[in-house]
Amino acid sequence: MTDPLFEIVEDPIEVGAIIDKVKRREAGAITTFMGTVREWTKGKRTIYLKYQAYKPMAVKMLAKIGDEIEEKWPNTRIAITHRIGHLDISDIAVVIAVSSPHRKAAYEANEYAIERIKQIVPIWKKEHWEDGETWIGDQLETVSYPSGSPNIK
Amino acid sequence: MMINILLFADLQEKVGKDRLELEADSLSIIDLKEKLKNEYGLLQLDDVMTAINEEYALESDIVQSGDTVAFIPPVSGG
Repeated sequence: MTDPLFEIVEDPIEVGAIIDKVKRREAGAITTFMGTVREWTKGKRTIYLKYQAYKPMAVKMLAKIGDEIEEKWPNTRIAITHRIGHLDISDIAVVIAVSSPHRKAAYEANEYAIERIKQIVPIWKKEHWEDGETWIGDQLETVSYPSGSPNIK
Repeated sequence: MMINILLFADLQEKVGKDRLELEADSLSIIDLKEKLKNEYGLLQLDDVMTAINEEYALESDIVQSGDTVAFIPPVSGG
């Protein structure tokens, strides 16, 4: 059985397991990105976060990002896991691992992946602040695109 | 015949449910949004994307009975 490359999970993410999914003999580089829960945002203190996802579609959109990367950076391999539910400060919300024969593609594809997650993957974050709670939307201050394929570079 | 509707984030909280069912054979996303805006006061629907059966759709696309429509507020994963 092979582990799926694109997952939405409710338990803590084990980073090493995500890296293992992209390890291979042709790789000369593996980049990992971890998104973690930040305590302070513009002077406001976060106590904890809750993430919600439209799970089946979120997995599909992560796989779509994988397809886009395959096209732009051939011969990379990518795995993405996003956690949902209750997350405390410093918990890991998302892990992206990319392997490639040379490092440049691994860095570029990894950054592309997180930008696209913030555009097209149906996951929502609810901030629980010291003094209330808010659903956060549109962190990039851009609009989403029906085609799912805006040019961001 | 039913159209299944999924609600997330603030939409879900506003309505107090995560899913709705609508008796209809077919209608456009625009008309569906209009209907729900009137019925539930969901003015935010003007600013949300729509997915039909887990794929992003256009406002002019037609929803058929048996389809699952999800309203996707601006996303904030990562």
